[in-house]
Amino acid sequence: MTTLPAVSARRRITDRFMRSLMLVLTIVAIVPLILILYYLIREGIGAWNADFFTTDPTGRFLGDPGGIKSAIWGTIVMVALASLIAIPIGVGVALYLVEFGKQGTFAKIVRYFVDVMTGVPSVVFGLFIYIVLVVTKVGGTFAAWKGSVALSLLMLPVVVRSSEVVLNLVPDSLREGALALGAPRWRVTFRVVLPSALPGLVTGSLLAVARAAGETAPLLFTAAFVFGTQFDLSQRMNSLPLQIFNDVSQAQDRLVQRAWGAALTLVVLVLILSLVARLVQRRSRLA
Amino acid sequence: MNPEDVTSPPSAPSSAAPDPATPRAETRRLEVGGARDEEAPIVQGHAVTLRGLNAYYGETHAVKDVNLDYAANRVTAMIGPSGCGKSTLVRCINRMHEEIPGARATGEVNLDDLDLYSDGVDVVSVRRAVGMVFQKPNPFPTMSIYDNVAAGLRLSGTRGVNVKERVESSLKGAGLWEEVKDRMGQPGIGLSGGQQQRLCIARTIAVEPEVILMDEPASALDPISTLKIEELILELKRRYTIVLVTHNMQQAARVADTTAFMLNGELVEHASTEKIFSNPDDERTEQYVTGKFG
Repeated sequence: MTTLPAVSARRRITDRFMRSLMLVLTIVAIVPLILILYYLIREGIGAWNADFFTTDPTGRFLGDPGGIKSAIWGTIVMVALASLIAIPIGVGVALYLVEFGKQGTFAKIVRYFVDVMTGVPSVVFGLFIYIVLVVTKVGGTFAAWKGSVALSLLMLPVVVRSSEVVLNLVPDSLREGALALGAPRWRVTFRVVLPSALPGLVTGSLLAVARAAGETAPLLFTAAFVFGTQFDLSQRMNSLPLQIFNDVSQAQDRLVQRAWGAALTLVVLVLILSLVARLVQRRSRLA
Repeated sequence: MNPEDVTSPPSAPSSAAPDPATPRAETRRLEVGGARDEEAPIVQGHAVTLRGLNAYYGETHAVKDVNLDYAANRVTAMIGPSGCGKSTLVRCINRMHEEIPGARATGEVNLDDLDLYSDGVDVVSVRRAVGMVFQKPNPFPTMSIYDNVAAGLRLSGTRGVNVKERVESSLKGAGLWEEVKDRMGQPGIGLSGGQQQRLCIARTIAVEPEVILMDEPASALDPISTLKIEELILELKRRYTIVLVTHNMQQAARVADTTAFMLNGELVEHASTEKIFSNPDDERTEQYVTGKFG
């Protein structure tokens, strides 16, 4: 009968040590996340009631501070407009990079700048729009659409990079199959590549939307702060991050509690977006 | 080119150059009454001739000065060890080779007497005239069985064709109709590997090309699916000129009329399949077909 040497004691100890180490590191990484969620729910849920979502902030020093209706609508409207700007352009850039530019010099330069844009702090985008559109008084001073432009600048590199990854996942055999049928490249792109990549493109875009929804800095000097709900894009518009920013810096507990409630609302909105992104991803045929 | 040429009487097969941009010239040859030649062409195919064909990947010289004649309505097998350039050569015929970054080809590929590499020839038209079936079945994953076959027509922008009829006739031509006629709306990737490959063949013949290139069409399939593909090839050659790349020498012996042996990018020998496998002129061919290398 053949015998093989048993696992040595040293290997067993090393194995156990490394496994424990990785488990501890994982827990350390999760703890802050859980704490954030815990405090958000503990402090924020108390602020939630029907009035909280259906009334505007009053701005009165005494008495009822009001809810966050204007902030919720402002965030939805401005992020929607930013998405309308950033997603088509971003997917278009990614299509160019993957289907046409490939490894060319221009494509490489574009890719490099997109990477640089990804690393630009959001406050810089806010300042940029402030200087270019607000200080110069293009169509008034502070305006919701300027906030959207700042948000779209923030979203653009995220959309480009995620779309590029997804488009690269589309197998070349599909492109070849379509080209070999005598399809012009634009038809291959629109009829074969885009539909195959669609779930992934949606996922990447939704994650960019979620990121934009939580940004304060790009809106601070562009859309500014206002109490009332309104849908005029040329006027100032409230948003959840700015509402939180303002309320937290107040000395009244009621306002700080409203900030917690607004923060919880924002997290729930982003969570819903992420869940939708996951559901779409699950239906993907590529992942 | 005079349009009269392509509709000339069936007794005289047209030798006029088919313009890849125009619909397929349906030059039908009437079968002589009583003749039971099962291999007689139903549609006169078109010959392909390679003259001084060279192909490169960057600095790598993959196909070296090949001259080769593919006869109309015949199956020509390309055999040779891996990396000998047979796939590259075939991909030069429908100009798919140039899709690979850094790849280029020189020389002539003539479809009858039209050089597919000459100026003014639209590469998209070339690929409509020269269809291709790939090694790995590649149905479009987002499309149903019906849409996969119709994709050939829709992607190439063909107009004035009854798509439904063409899909049915193409699926029948690929021997898949009976298996899928009740589930045309289901995804094409739900079929088995062999069915997927026949779906891809249906997709290719839906465009009605002049020539069909098959790059190891059965190498990813089981023996029964392979047999079906081989029977299909014998049926298809009555309408098309077929170039078949294969690693399987039995397959070449079973379906090919002529066989070409390639080695290190060069064409060593091209002769009738019988001669290649029994009495080749070149010693290297004999060594390869008898399994001494490769």
